Amino acid sequence: MEKVYKMQSRNLQVFYQNFQALQGINMDIEENKVTALIGPSGCGKSTFLRSLNRLNELIEGTTTKGQVYLDRQAVYTNEVNVVELRKSVGMVFQKPSVFPMSIYENVAYGPRIHGITKKNRLDDIVEKSLKSANLWKEVSNRLNSPAARLSGGQQQRLVIARVLAVDPEVILMDEPASALDPISTARLEELIAELKSNYSIVIVTHNMQQAARISDYTGFFLNGDLVEFNNTADIFVNPRDKRTEDYITGRFG
Amino acid sequence: MELITKPGLSNCEKKNRSLIVAENRHRRVDVEKLIEKTLLLSAAVFVLIIALITIFIFAKGLPLFSKIGLGDFLFSNQWNPTKGFFGIGTMFIGTLLVTMGAMLWSVPIGLSSAIFMAEIAPPRIGKTLGQLVNLLAGIPSVVYGFVGLIVIVPFIRESFGGNGMSLLAGAIILGIMILPTIINISRDSLLAVPNDYKSSSLALGATHFQTIRYVIVPAARSGIITSVVLGMGRAIGETMAVVMVTGNSAMIPTSILAPIRTMTSNIVLEMGYASGDHQTALFATGMVLFLLIVGLNLIINRLAKAGTDDGRG
Repeated sequence: MEKVYKMQSRNLQVFYQNFQALQGINMDIEENKVTALIGPSGCGKSTFLRSLNRLNELIEGTTTKGQVYLDRQAVYTNEVNVVELRKSVGMVFQKPSVFPMSIYENVAYGPRIHGITKKNRLDDIVEKSLKSANLWKEVSNRLNSPAARLSGGQQQRLVIARVLAVDPEVILMDEPASALDPISTARLEELIAELKSNYSIVIVTHNMQQAARISDYTGFFLNGDLVEFNNTADIFVNPRDKRTEDYITGRFG
Repeated sequence: MELITKPGLSNCEKKNRSLIVAENRHRRVDVEKLIEKTLLLSAAVFVLIIALITIFIFAKGLPLFSKIGLGDFLFSNQWNPTKGFFGIGTMFIGTLLVTMGAMLWSVPIGLSSAIFMAEIAPPRIGKTLGQLVNLLAGIPSVVYGFVGLIVIVPFIRESFGGNGMSLLAGAIILGIMILPTIINISRDSLLAVPNDYKSSSLALGATHFQTIRYVIVPAARSGIITSVVLGMGRAIGETMAVVMVTGNSAMIPTSILAPIRTMTSNIVLEMGYASGDHQTALFATGMVLFLLIVGLNLIINRLAKAGTDDGRG
């Protein structure tokens, strides 16, 4: 079967003022797979992730060169509607950032701003999204209570439900488990494995075991460069680059 | 060298050293206690001052109600101290109307400015505007009153008729004076909203305006309401500027161009020559103002608590 690439980057360079954070990244992100990005802090993983849905633009003084493609459509052009792009390419952040609203309102927020107002439509979306995020059973009897009262792991799954509610195709995750305890992390990893069948997932992680457990492909970033990108099994068992080997064996970083 | 000699210290030396440490610690604890006591004393002094002021106002004002019923005092429109009529109804309404008039325009403008400064303007410009607002807050109220008298009163006289000293002039000046309160506190609470909310909302495909409208402002809600209530308190308590531009006749205004007298104006205008029951009535007016402000502060405390509950938006 031929590989289908959901997103691709070509010679992607990102500058924060004079600092070049990405040195021309070429990467192919396969559909319905989990792609993990690993590497030391400040080496461009998150920058790369945030450039896939043009969220870097929020930081003043950022310039982007090169191109990103979603389904072979260029993302960095004036004609592209950023709102539509971000609907298709959802994002989960490091800290579970639930809005100070009820559980229901958190999930309904996305569909609402995209024009869905009918109560029963919203109810359906909320239920479906919470079910897909493995959270429905825990919260179905208290949808109207404040989301902030949920545990950290539940909050992160709520954030994922909120992303699912706008019906994305790609989900970007920026160290989604770094603020979670081991049990919540395990549940999150299970969830990622389930979501893979419907979504393409790109995940930044500092946890190498996590990358090895959940991803199909792994990219190793160092100083704004993509040093190595390959099947996860190959990267961890048989790294081609010395620097990759040093990193995954814990010799630096 | 020292490192090498350390293990060689005799037992005796070790003991001495530990004794000295203990003594130092002892002295430090004494100093800390002294500091704590001083701070406690300062706090006690300030509580005492507040208590004394409160007792004084009530002691001076309450005797009025042995002669006049509370209802007559609050709701009668007859204020004629020489004949023994002490009804502050007109002044109460005057305060209410001029405060409402001020809020009516300064809340929307103040809130919009705060949103602009916190969310839309580039940080450098937002900061400059913030300093400008602080400047506005630092101008003494008599200067506001003076500007009102020289600029706004004649402007109203010439464009709308009447003599210009009016409810409208008071509402305009008061509105300007409470703008800094509303803008500063609202802006601070908007800036305190975690950046993650904004990124998350934008990453869901929301526009900047939708993010402000549905996430950032609701998250800052308790701070925004606090700013409005504090502004209201300031408007109710303001005296000098209001005395200078509102004309001060103790009548229920028939239009926004008619003069009014507020409770604060009433006190400042008559305290110079008031004695006996008249003076008591002015203190009773002060009591009413005091209770109004206490009430507003209680509301703010409530809101602050509601805000920490991460309640629903």
